[in-house]
Amino acid sequence: MRTLVAFLRKHHFFALFLLLEAIAFSMLVNSYSYQRTVSFNAANDLTGGVLNAFANITDYFTLRKQNEELQDENTFLHNQLQYYSLKINTRQTYGDSLFRYIPARVIRNTMHAANNFMVLDKGRLQGIEKEMGVISSKGIAGIVIGVSAHYSLVMSLLNDNAKISARIKKNNQLVNVVWNEIDPGYGQVVDIPAHIQLNAGDTIVTSGNSFIFPAGLVVGTVLSYHPSKNQGLNTARLTYATDFNGLHHVYLIQNLRKQEELKLLEGADHE
Amino acid sequence: MSNLYVKNSIRFVLLILFQVLVLDQVHFGGYVIPYVYILFILLLPFDIPKSLLLFLAFGTGLTIDFFGNTLGLHTAALVMLAFSRPGVLRLYFKKTEFLSGEEPGIRKLGFMGFVKYSFSLILIHHLALFYLEFFSLRYFFTTFEHALINSLASLTGVMILVMLFTKPNKRKR
Repeated sequence: MRTLVAFLRKHHFFALFLLLEAIAFSMLVNSYSYQRTVSFNAANDLTGGVLNAFANITDYFTLRKQNEELQDENTFLHNQLQYYSLKINTRQTYGDSLFRYIPARVIRNTMHAANNFMVLDKGRLQGIEKEMGVISSKGIAGIVIGVSAHYSLVMSLLNDNAKISARIKKNNQLVNVVWNEIDPGYGQVVDIPAHIQLNAGDTIVTSGNSFIFPAGLVVGTVLSYHPSKNQGLNTARLTYATDFNGLHHVYLIQNLRKQEELKLLEGADHE
Repeated sequence: MSNLYVKNSIRFVLLILFQVLVLDQVHFGGYVIPYVYILFILLLPFDIPKSLLLFLAFGTGLTIDFFGNTLGLHTAALVMLAFSRPGVLRLYFKKTEFLSGEEPGIRKLGFMGFVKYSFSLILIHHLALFYLEFFSLRYFFTTFEHALINSLASLTGVMILVMLFTKPNKRKR
């Protein structure tokens, strides 16, 4: 014991260095696991407040582009409205809406880290919960993994833990989309059944199999197809529909029947 | 003495804000972010107790990590930098005499001296940072290249800041 104390006294600098590094490493390792990412509430109100104050100023610089994007989206929605108003007469009953969209602003967004995150200016008080989907006007963008009173932390699609259940639009085959890349803006379609041929330009949409995203939202378009050499599942490279670089306004998706569906599934497990 | 505390506290706040609000948002050529917040550790006085140096590095790294949701990443890299600082100073400036409370700035070390000093430490910091970030050797050479290019960007940022805030007549060539 005495020698240990003597050793520590003599090499206290090195010992302290090792101790601090060990703490840092344990934080780092924990933050790599998905569970930990979900529970770690980094979207705290202090850093959120600072970032929000600054975003209030810098938002003015991109107003023109933001307006154009919103106008594009309006045009798109107008067109859809027309389409559905023609269709609507032929239907008999109308169900309640299953999803509610909550607008939010991106106050921080990273693209170039190994695991990327966003911070949004809506939180628990505005009805945001963990595992809600986040979409931009062009396609899906991420998943909420932490909420504080006024802010929420979003795992961007550009994250090793982001695995999106998706479909190939033209033939409804189920696939998964992961990031797996170092390049922001590009992702990978994995688990493509061997008999499916994908072409550049094919659209990949969400499957609707999770509670996070409704079916049919655009994930991205296929850039190139890579058949596997040993008859396994094929992969393809895709371009995300969402432009992560210019992300300002997003929508959070609230699944109004999530509890009901979960309860049903829980019941099935007990059978 | 209290002057020293005030000066370093102000420097800490300004560097952190400049880093997280301005530089972290700008990506030069895709991925390059100059990390100038390390200047806070670089410019701490020579005779600062070594343990305090480590604690300050830990706190600074943690602050940056909180803003970037990268818990532990910058902390680990910055503690590594702080650990190397006394050694690097001894290596390059064995013969230089330092007064109490003096900081290893451009005034004391000279332009080239300061470049040597800061680049060595930036390189250590960035290698730790980039390899820890990807946490694997999957992209060994890409990571190395990124770390090197980013180090040059950080050095440029650090030098611009130091030159801006050092009075020209006191600068030693």
